[in-house]
Amino acid sequence: MKEAELRALIEDVRTEKLPRRRFIERLVGLGLTAPMASMLLMHAGVAQSQPAPVYKPTKRGGGGALKTLWWQGPTLLQPHFANGTKDQEGSRVFYEPLAVWDNDGNLVPILAAEIPTPQNGGVLEGGKVVRWRLKKGVTWHDGKPFTADDVVFTWEYARDPASACVTIGVYKDVTVTKVDDLTVLVSFKKPTPFWATAFVAAEGAIIPKHLFGPYAGAKSRDAPTNLKPVGTGPYVFVDFKPGDIVLGAINKNYHMPNRPYFDTIEMKGGGDATSAARAVLQTGEYDYAWNLQVEDEVLKRMESGGKGKAHIVPGGDIEFLQVNITDPWTEVDGERGSVKSKHFAFSDPKVREAMSLLCDKKSMQEFIYGRTGFATANFMNNPERFRSKNTKWEFNIDKANALLDGAGWKRGADGIREKGGKKMKFVYQTSINGTRQKEQAIVKQAAQKAGIDLELKSVSASVFFSSDVANPDTYGKFWADIQMYTTTMTAPDAERFMDQYKSEEISQKANKWSGRNICRYVSAEYDKLAAAGSSELDPVKRAAIYIKMNDMVVNEFIVIPLISRPRVRGGNLKLVTTLSGWDLDFSALQNWYRESSPG
Amino acid sequence: MGHYLLRRLLIALPSLIGISVVLFTVLALAPGDPFSEMVQNPNVPPEAVANLRAQFGMDDPVWQRYFRWAWAMLNGNWGFSFISRIDVDQLILGRLPVTLVVIGASQVLALLIALPVGVISAARPYSWFDRIASTFALIGFSLPTFFTGLLLILLFSIKLDWLPFVFRADISATGWEWWRQNILQAIMPVTVLGLLQGASWTRYVRSAMLDVIRLDYVTTARSKGLREYAVIMKHVVRNALIPVVTLVALTMPQVFGGAIVTEQIFRVPGIGSLLIDAILRNDTPVIMAVTFVFACLVILFNLIADVLYGWLDPRISYR
Repeated sequence: MKEAELRALIEDVRTEKLPRRRFIERLVGLGLTAPMASMLLMHAGVAQSQPAPVYKPTKRGGGGALKTLWWQGPTLLQPHFANGTKDQEGSRVFYEPLAVWDNDGNLVPILAAEIPTPQNGGVLEGGKVVRWRLKKGVTWHDGKPFTADDVVFTWEYARDPASACVTIGVYKDVTVTKVDDLTVLVSFKKPTPFWATAFVAAEGAIIPKHLFGPYAGAKSRDAPTNLKPVGTGPYVFVDFKPGDIVLGAINKNYHMPNRPYFDTIEMKGGGDATSAARAVLQTGEYDYAWNLQVEDEVLKRMESGGKGKAHIVPGGDIEFLQVNITDPWTEVDGERGSVKSKHFAFSDPKVREAMSLLCDKKSMQEFIYGRTGFATANFMNNPERFRSKNTKWEFNIDKANALLDGAGWKRGADGIREKGGKKMKFVYQTSINGTRQKEQAIVKQAAQKAGIDLELKSVSASVFFSSDVANPDTYGKFWADIQMYTTTMTAPDAERFMDQYKSEEISQKANKWSGRNICRYVSAEYDKLAAAGSSELDPVKRAAIYIKMNDMVVNEFIVIPLISRPRVRGGNLKLVTTLSGWDLDFSALQNWYRESSPG
Repeated sequence: MGHYLLRRLLIALPSLIGISVVLFTVLALAPGDPFSEMVQNPNVPPEAVANLRAQFGMDDPVWQRYFRWAWAMLNGNWGFSFISRIDVDQLILGRLPVTLVVIGASQVLALLIALPVGVISAARPYSWFDRIASTFALIGFSLPTFFTGLLLILLFSIKLDWLPFVFRADISATGWEWWRQNILQAIMPVTVLGLLQGASWTRYVRSAMLDVIRLDYVTTARSKGLREYAVIMKHVVRNALIPVVTLVALTMPQVFGGAIVTEQIFRVPGIGSLLIDAILRNDTPVIMAVTFVFACLVILFNLIADVLYGWLDPRISYR
């Protein structure tokens, strides 16, 4: 999609020819995130749709206990130390950011009085400075007032390398200054089209200065508040056992009227996804369960119990194949898969294309994922295709055969293709996971018909996804011909996600295989686009650049997207949640309630 | 006796050092990284992870890390969890009460089953009671806990809806309600573990009884005209229990170690589930502490068993 087309689309939304939601869906289809699409509209002066969530309770409390199950329980409750989502969610019960993302990519204020926009004077100098106005009358759980000092302190705390915060990436390059007690300025080094990073969503939780102040920097691990959080959130801390349970009770002084509804909240950890689904969908022992990585068939059977239902929330997770264009089997300059080497087959784009034709995404969706995955035919492709109902991605063994014939790969006596004495035998690796092994089998079957022999390899997830330099089987090393896993668009802004195939990000010995360009794709044009994208001030041009970058890696078949995986959560039939695919499950916890009769 | 104890303790020392070295090396060589979740997340800059690794001293050579750990352990510092960022002893202490109660109760249940059933079976060998008991014992210790656990959940939680299958250590109710809820939720895990243990102990009790019951002094007691009850209880059981006591003492460390599989099925927040979580997340200090404490307990209870043995049977002397 070109810049002009994007602008035309934005104009359509402004003149209400195109519903806002459609616009966002379309950009998500192009590989952007909903928050990014929403920011585009905001810059163009299109007001955010503010779909006030339906919230029926007319008084605070009285809802009894909210019991939630997390098969990976939170292990710590300091949002800036979070090891992963589970910890961020646990912290989110007590701590709050200035704003969160809703499912349509809107910024929704929590501790902010309003969302900064160019129109209300909140976004200055084209996004170089953002002025946040804070909500009046918010207090910490211990009664102390919440002010701009806390916001500034959170920034100072998180950006200090000695504090060892995992959110340092968000805060190290911004400057936060206090204007008055209820106003802060967030300044960037240069105009930043996507400025909603600091103090927003999962990594934006504000922590109290009066409790963490004495423990900033190297003493950070000794703070008693690390274990007994004091925040501004809808629930106050009661008890915490790492990995097992988080208990909270209603915050009687919560800053939103009539909220929260529940008197207590419980996050119970441990166990496995299947039994969590059972406890929510089948027996109703629990109200809500996180991340039900369970086969759809099993989910459906449990739902027939009539106690709960699965919530399917679209997000940015994509199961995809990576094709190795370097040679993983011979050492060049003392390293396997060196950028200087060439893969005997995959260096030819025709072979890569044939490989993509052999991925039967439809069967994967139908037989493996059901409701919990969609074949991503046109993801990161052009909008014409995305719009089309009749998906253009192909599963076509004949075409693959023709491509391989054309590229000079002849079938040998054993039916395996060969060229120049090299047989088409590839190692196809992924992590150990029932679903993935089934996907591997589907691809292998099709490949066999095209004269390609795939050796399936599965590596224990804890090894595959580790950064262990000594282990040859990590996904970062990619010492195989093909590999498969799920990539997560963790940040609402796509920049970090999109620039991962830059040549400076190449995963290799020199950077201990920590680079994110795992396919070791080298393209001067892509690098140029990435550089242009990061310094582009015009959000529309920037989005157009990222769409183009995506088209490059997909159309050159460096990556083969397979299945878009929505988030799957289980909820009691009466429980009303506000889930967002772009933020934490608990991003709008204050709005959760229970219908009095099943609705 | 005192001399014997001292010698045993001195022998235990090198074994403990050996165990700790092996554990530490294996963990250090094992693949995986406690911060892998962060490494995968492109929003966490590599510096942040490098910082954490440096703070926890994970980049130092293995032997340095070992000595640091050993010195801290000697000083009573069990280490600092990478993942939870709190002291390991706090983590373990938080899990200990539940473990002691659940596993302890299951051992008591096992004894309550094993002793009477074993004694009666041996008193009337090859009777109907003995045959039925033997069959059940065989089934009991052949079925793995993950199977019996799921079976009980399907029956009592899903079909009948009598018992909860998620174990909660924090029950907010008070008074009788607190007791009721705690007992209800403990029934299934305790039964699963108790039956497994009870089944194998039944077999031990029975065979120990049979060994004794054939001895001449039992015949003498009978011919003296003692009642059968007195013969069994006073003369047979007492002597037969000596090996059983040792056996029970040796399984005591398990009470602290928890039951990994059963805890996972019922979400019992015991030490077993702490250990498995720590292993999955590569939280080395926690794995080290739990396994090392477990090793210490095994050695300690071995010693206690030996001492008990001599006390129960004065014919055994300590040299």
